[in-house]
Amino acid sequence: MSGANRIAGSGRLTPARTARFTFDGRTLTALEGDTVASALLANGIHLVGRSFKYHRPRGILSAGAEEPNALLDVSRDAARRQPNVRATVQEVFDGMKVQSQNRWPSLAFDVGGFNDLLSPFFAAGFYYKTFMWPKAAWHAIYEPFIRRAAGLGVAPTEADPDHYASRYAHCDVLVIGAGVAGLSAALAAAKAGAKVIICDEQPEVGGALRYESGTTIDGKDGWDWAQTTAKTLAAMDNVTVLTRTTGFGYYNHNFVGLVERVTDHLPALDKALPRERLWQVRAKKVILANGSIERHMVFANNDRPGIMLASAGRTYLNHYGVAVGSKVGVYTAHDSAYEAAFDLKRAGVAVPAIVDCRDNPGEAVLAEARRLGIEVLTGHSVVNSGGKLRVSSISVARNGGGSARKIAVDALLVSSGWTPSVHLFSQSRGKVKFDAATQRFLPGTYLQDCLSIGACNGTDDLQATIDEALAAGELTARAAGAEGGAQVTLHGDNAFSWTGGMIGAAEGAGPDTSVKAFIDFQHDVCAKDIRLAVREGMHSIEHIKRFTTNGMASDQGKLSNMHGLAIAAEALGKDIPQVGLTTFRQPYTPVTFGAIVNHSRGSLFDPARKTPVHAWEEAHGAAFEDVGNWKRAWFYPKAGEGMHEAVARECKTVREVAGLFDASTLGKIEVVGPDAAQFLNLMYTNAWDTLKPGRCRYGIMLRDDGFVYDDGVVGRLAEDRFHVTTTTGGAPRVMNHMEDYLQTEFPHLKVWLTSTTEQWAVIAVQGPKAREIIAPLVEGIDLSNEAFPHMSVAEGKICGVPTRLFRMSFTGELGFEVNVPADYGQAAWEAIWERAEPMGACAYGTETMHVLRAEKGYIIVGQDTDGTLTPDDAALSWAVSKKKADFVGIRGLKRPDLVKEGRKQLVGLLTKDPNVVLEEGAQIVADPNQPKPMTMLGHVTSSYWSENCGRSIALAVVAGGRARLGQTLYVPMADRTIAVEVSDMVFFDKEGGRLHG
Amino acid sequence: MLLIYCPYCEEERSELEFRNAGDAHIVRPTNIAEISDEEFEEFFFLRQNPKGLIFERWRHIHGCGRFFNAARDTVSDRFYTTYKAGEPKPDVAAILKGEQDKGAAR
Repeated sequence: MSGANRIAGSGRLTPARTARFTFDGRTLTALEGDTVASALLANGIHLVGRSFKYHRPRGILSAGAEEPNALLDVSRDAARRQPNVRATVQEVFDGMKVQSQNRWPSLAFDVGGFNDLLSPFFAAGFYYKTFMWPKAAWHAIYEPFIRRAAGLGVAPTEADPDHYASRYAHCDVLVIGAGVAGLSAALAAAKAGAKVIICDEQPEVGGALRYESGTTIDGKDGWDWAQTTAKTLAAMDNVTVLTRTTGFGYYNHNFVGLVERVTDHLPALDKALPRERLWQVRAKKVILANGSIERHMVFANNDRPGIMLASAGRTYLNHYGVAVGSKVGVYTAHDSAYEAAFDLKRAGVAVPAIVDCRDNPGEAVLAEARRLGIEVLTGHSVVNSGGKLRVSSISVARNGGGSARKIAVDALLVSSGWTPSVHLFSQSRGKVKFDAATQRFLPGTYLQDCLSIGACNGTDDLQATIDEALAAGELTARAAGAEGGAQVTLHGDNAFSWTGGMIGAAEGAGPDTSVKAFIDFQHDVCAKDIRLAVREGMHSIEHIKRFTTNGMASDQGKLSNMHGLAIAAEALGKDIPQVGLTTFRQPYTPVTFGAIVNHSRGSLFDPARKTPVHAWEEAHGAAFEDVGNWKRAWFYPKAGEGMHEAVARECKTVREVAGLFDASTLGKIEVVGPDAAQFLNLMYTNAWDTLKPGRCRYGIMLRDDGFVYDDGVVGRLAEDRFHVTTTTGGAPRVMNHMEDYLQTEFPHLKVWLTSTTEQWAVIAVQGPKAREIIAPLVEGIDLSNEAFPHMSVAEGKICGVPTRLFRMSFTGELGFEVNVPADYGQAAWEAIWERAEPMGACAYGTETMHVLRAEKGYIIVGQDTDGTLTPDDAALSWAVSKKKADFVGIRGLKRPDLVKEGRKQLVGLLTKDPNVVLEEGAQIVADPNQPKPMTMLGHVTSSYWSENCGRSIALAVVAGGRARLGQTLYVPMADRTIAVEVSDMVFFDKEGGRLHG
Repeated sequence: MLLIYCPYCEEERSELEFRNAGDAHIVRPTNIAEISDEEFEEFFFLRQNPKGLIFERWRHIHGCGRFFNAARDTVSDRFYTTYKAGEPKPDVAAILKGEQDKGAAR
């Protein structure tokens, strides 16, 4: 038996197909196709959780995505555990473990329930007011306490073992929602020949047909028609039908996010399947068929377990074959709830009374109630409910006062009417308009190419919905270019048409009362909280929302927003449209991080770039540092060495013997064409037309504002061909910068740019023995000082493969940079290393590279400059041509502020104590004893221990720095003040003779 | 995510392939070295940041690599038109009227 409350002959599940699961350790039997909610109800369980703030007992309120109460912890195994799963959405699978949340020690007896007694102190805004003083208590006491108490559920501790898929899809017509409206529209669009995607959040199509009885379409039972139609659609080549798929976000230009739950309902996991699949759909036309959501009644103690939406009670009966009680009362302001009473009564469930707060319900439902012998109390209201862990009675009174009559019930179905789901329409930035007659917001002005149909468009009548849907399907299909097919006609019949509806507080929960009449169940917001917010001066709905947290839980106020708005409007004495509606935002229902992050996790989160020599570096014990996305060898520690020792050794070895450095990450751009030199003249401050083929030059690139943007060595290979290098981090933006000027400012120049960063591996061989190391490997290039002096470039061969060989140095030593095609990078490196190692040379990493260049005062753009330095500030004015009529930045350099006295200039700093190494970023002052805030002159940009100088060295930007040479300045630190002397920027080999070694 | 028509590829492509490159129709003076501080300020620093119609540059960076111009509404993100770099600025009134006609047809 799959639960005592299962009614034989009711519902659509197969009694023989059972699944077992546990709820708080108790084993229960469900049927395949059950949701956790329907299975619990079948087993007579209404109490499933404790509320967020007051820890009140809570039951299952709905049968759909709007559920605010029944949030459970669902697990398959230790790693696959998910908190806050809506019991009304999650399907049961065999072996599932379900636990209630927010209770201790148990669901039935919860210590936190004490909060309910203290609730007079926990009014809306309590936190904002109470935890203001004493200020110091915030960090020590309040915040840790609130953090512990806040939040529902416990996050899983293990990594998510599942994988998620993502796909892009394009279609003519995307239909969101597969109820009568969605299916009809999809059918019409598909028959017209359009490429259609239709999705629905439920496991099966049908929408409201899931609970309705007595609806027929073309003579068929509504539900059966829906399933047949879905099969017809799925069999068409131009249609994709997606169930368990929520359209959660409507973005720009008809870009819609869908998430498909693939495995969460399966008893056995298929590893090949993703847990969820993210669909990113670009649709020519979107049809929104999102339906509507029933609202609850707002009365005192309306949150007891056993009180649920009428449509939910009907769903559990008609779809799952579960009676939600044995004595089920109904409290409504809308005809639709009557049909729930009829269905229950016909199934043999006692219905003690239908309480209708209206004086004049629809005549047809009234007549049917009489015929079935159900007592109807019109003009009456439920003013209270009784019971502890489940509703046991309702108190009913005539509207306007009088004594209350107690009616025993074990469940109460409520309905105050239906709220059209305009969420996605609103996300599309369409403007809703308020329909005063029906008291609801409906789609008004459309901003994107979409159409709303059916209940979400305020269309209530079945045939009107079908006609609207068929017309929309065909119209959108034709507009998207479909030309085929015959027109579709469908005829729908239903038992009753509905009237009625109310929003706001019901009888007994009005402005003069202080009862707990909940509007937002998930955040425990009552009608009186909204009124308090208004009394406290919140007059905008956005403020009221934030003050009370109404609608701010994960259900985003699907049930509460309209009630909250109506109560606020009443308290403010304004019309609802004047108070306004809060904004609907993506996602419609919660979406897992897994689906959003998708493949972008682990090594794919931010893919690492590795040089062609990476494997060798790894094998030789390199420590790596991240430079942008590059993994660069940082230093090569030998046994027993820390970073400091390794770097000191590498620095010494390079200057005494030689070192190999992997410079492959350098940005490289091939600039080709008859106007290449002229183009570089415009892009760099230097003059390039004077550079002879076979020679290189250090170039500085500015932006038009005159600030240093990038630098690098440029080699001229031929009259019309330059090999440009950029900083490692700057490569993409320099390429973009060059393309920008070439395409839009200098399009007359005949130049072609190609990024070649990854085409060349670059091996820097630096040090006194550099020439000796590579000479035997090089063919076709005379390496002598005379033939190939400093700043030369030549093409030839090394180790038998083509090379562009540069004679250049970023260390101040005799040096070469060997460029070989990337595929030969590691082989060339190994061949050079084979010669270098026996001579006593070393491999060195980026840290040693930094120290060696700082010893020579060579700057690093982005470290020693920060986007506010001119070439002159960086002591590079020698590189700015005085003869050119134009280059990018020529005018910016003349701006008054850029030529002013006292600008920050790059200088060297020597600590008075040579053993002290300054901190990079530390501030510099003239007088360490001045009152705070001190006048800061600049900051340290680069600072290292220099083994070659036998002391610390630093570069810094200092206001009027070059005029301060020899002055003593101070670097105040937290624990001491460091005295420094301003020096020039070259600390080693000031004459520069070693370059030409 | 926006859908942008590249006038060089002659195709609508996803925003992922493009990068915005600031205002369009700001011409770098050919005699830039000689212009006054005020003229330089106007050229380099000052932008309108309009609410509504803007003419701006985009680059099809993960496509053909070309820079082109677009007329876009900064409120609705609707692209009225895109056109090749160097082509004249389209007539604003005509664009808006075209939009209205399209809206009426819908």
